[in-house]
Amino acid sequence: MPIVRSLFPHPGLSGFLVAFWLVLADSWTFGSLILALILGTAIPFFTAPWWPGKPRLQRPLSLIAYLGIVVYDVVISSYQVARIVLFMPPDRIRSAFIPVPTSLTSPEAVALLAGTITMTPGTLTADISADGRTLLIHSLHAPDPDEIRDGILTRYEARLKRIYG
Amino acid sequence: MTMVVEYIVAALLVIGGLFGLVGSYGLLRLKDRMQRLHAPTKATTVGVGTALIALAFEVWLIQGRFAWREALVAVFFFATAPLSAIYLSKAHLFTAIRRDGVPPPGNGDDWASFSPDHPEEAEDDSGRD
Repeated sequence: MPIVRSLFPHPGLSGFLVAFWLVLADSWTFGSLILALILGTAIPFFTAPWWPGKPRLQRPLSLIAYLGIVVYDVVISSYQVARIVLFMPPDRIRSAFIPVPTSLTSPEAVALLAGTITMTPGTLTADISADGRTLLIHSLHAPDPDEIRDGILTRYEARLKRIYG
Repeated sequence: MTMVVEYIVAALLVIGGLFGLVGSYGLLRLKDRMQRLHAPTKATTVGVGTALIALAFEVWLIQGRFAWREALVAVFFFATAPLSAIYLSKAHLFTAIRRDGVPPPGNGDDWASFSPDHPEEAEDDSGRD
């Protein structure tokens, strides 16, 4: 039904906003449910022009496994970065910019990859190429830049490609 | 039982605090702007993360309700922290006098910050002349 689709352009976003408002208000009453439903309808409706395509998840469950891997990596490599900061002489830290070409096409997947690279210690996303197909990574200590690039491609990018198809 | 939870919460807070301290110390010790960006964005990830876990434990196991709101804070934190990092590094690239060892993307194109058809930069150029 077209009328339903134009009222709810992004049902997933609507559902998320309803749940989100209820949690944030922390009051599980009928009144806040009504307010949540109003927000869940109005916000996707008015912001629809900025969300041209629907994010399509091929395997939503793998996204949870992916988050688990990222959290694990954050903990392990935070320790490594702390060691570099504390004990490595500053002139021995070899920082480098590394281009990482990605074959991900969905903008959401590229954004998620860029966010993952920034959150995992030791690397951060500095820029994206004008065509959106290559990420510029800055690595705090990169004795072997190729190894870091391949690590990102096999560990994160390959998984995101399976999730977003 | 409460005692054990309190020890765990205390330990998590101390670990988080140490990581926060290392992050701030890194800001002081590292050499250039890009390196300095690493310390606060990274060590504080673990610092804030463990503080949130400690808070969630406390709310869940001592106050006895599930820590929905703390989980939401964590979601927000992980969703927004990379954005501030990319804005800072883009600001660095925009103001860099030399390209500072930035390699090209390797497809004949250029990074968005250096690209001449970048809309913001085009506006800036017209304003500068």
